[in-house]
Amino acid sequence: MAVDEGLKIELGKQGVFVTTIEELYNWGRKNSIWPMQFGLACCAIEMIATTMARYDLARFGAEVFRPSPRQADLMIVSGTVTKKMAPQVVRLYNQMAEPKYVIAMGACAISGGPFKQGYNVLKGIDRYIPVDVHIPGCPPRPEALLQAFMTLQKKIDGQPLTGEGRPRYLDAEAQGEFPVPVQGEHDLEPASNKGVWTVPVVIK
Amino acid sequence: MKTIEEIKAAIEAAVPGAGVEMVMNPSVSGQHSLRLNPEHAVEVATFLRDDAELALDFLSNVTGVDWPGKEVTEKVKGTRTVTKTVEGVEQQVEETVEETVKRVTPGCLEVVYHLYSVEKKHGPLVLRMRTVNRTDQVELPSFTPIWRSAEFQEREIFDLYGIVFTGHPDLRRLLMWEGFKDHPMRRDYVEPDDFDYEPTAHDEVVARVQAHKTAQAGESGTEAGQ
Repeated sequence: MAVDEGLKIELGKQGVFVTTIEELYNWGRKNSIWPMQFGLACCAIEMIATTMARYDLARFGAEVFRPSPRQADLMIVSGTVTKKMAPQVVRLYNQMAEPKYVIAMGACAISGGPFKQGYNVLKGIDRYIPVDVHIPGCPPRPEALLQAFMTLQKKIDGQPLTGEGRPRYLDAEAQGEFPVPVQGEHDLEPASNKGVWTVPVVIK
Repeated sequence: MKTIEEIKAAIEAAVPGAGVEMVMNPSVSGQHSLRLNPEHAVEVATFLRDDAELALDFLSNVTGVDWPGKEVTEKVKGTRTVTKTVEGVEQQVEETVEETVKRVTPGCLEVVYHLYSVEKKHGPLVLRMRTVNRTDQVELPSFTPIWRSAEFQEREIFDLYGIVFTGHPDLRRLLMWEGFKDHPMRRDYVEPDDFDYEPTAHDEVVARVQAHKTAQAGESGTEAGQ
């Protein structure tokens, strides 16, 4: 149940603050997203630059990079995910506590990028874990990462706590743990998690 | 630095029967190399490092090369006996016949070392070694005990080309995972059919699109997705 904006402002003038639990809860969550301290390749350098004084990720309440997945809310997959690394990335994601979010940063993390048709690179981390925001670029500028943060904040702000569109951790039926791929004799097995990723349909 | 001929002579004087061959590079750079006999390679390498004049104390680079077997078509002239009727009489006549013979030259795997001298400020000296074939006799001596910098590079070559370095202290795969079966940098490496939509398919990627489509059509009867 949303509060009427006009009424809210009127009441505010009288010194009465009206809100909903949902609004307050999401407001708190979106302004304290703690990313995991975790970088894979050159995009990580841009991620580091984003946290430094010039771009200052601290303005978004996200400056506390946690060295443990158990204390982190956000995984920034910054860089090339090789087939050797992919099981570890999924395992780290599984170890994060809900609510958790993923930003796939850069061409490699979203699709494999320039290494897409190679033998050793995963064609996008969204094959194994659900990704909330994809950032293209090689590497994306720090501004692009800030844009992704703001997009994620908007997404968190809009999440209802009950009903159809509620987040995964409030849905008892939803998938909580994501299967870790096994390194097989020639490739990762399975090649993708059918629950989170399907082959894109090409429209000609 | 000494010329390649002088180095070869120095090696042969120090290691009798070393079996060093010169591989000349006809290009402008003229960077010639020496092909070592794997049996004496460790002795030769130790000499190159310890020799006062050469003092090649730094191994800069180790490279693998795959030489796949080639099918060669040759025309061979031969004779064969043919029964012919000459002037009403059957006779055995020898005839010259030109035959096309196809044979496969055996391939091999090669490893290339680039040596420099930090002390004398010269180099590079290029060394090569070849395996007997590409399948079962793929052992070459390791240079890791002589130059420590060879360790990871030899592991990488073992991983990607499948050359087994005897005498290497820790020969494991470096880039691919344990349990991976193939050697991806070999010319005949067959990639798993993991083709994914590619907006700007070109060259060999086009061939992979075709192969993937045929495999999919054979599997399900219908083309799913792409």
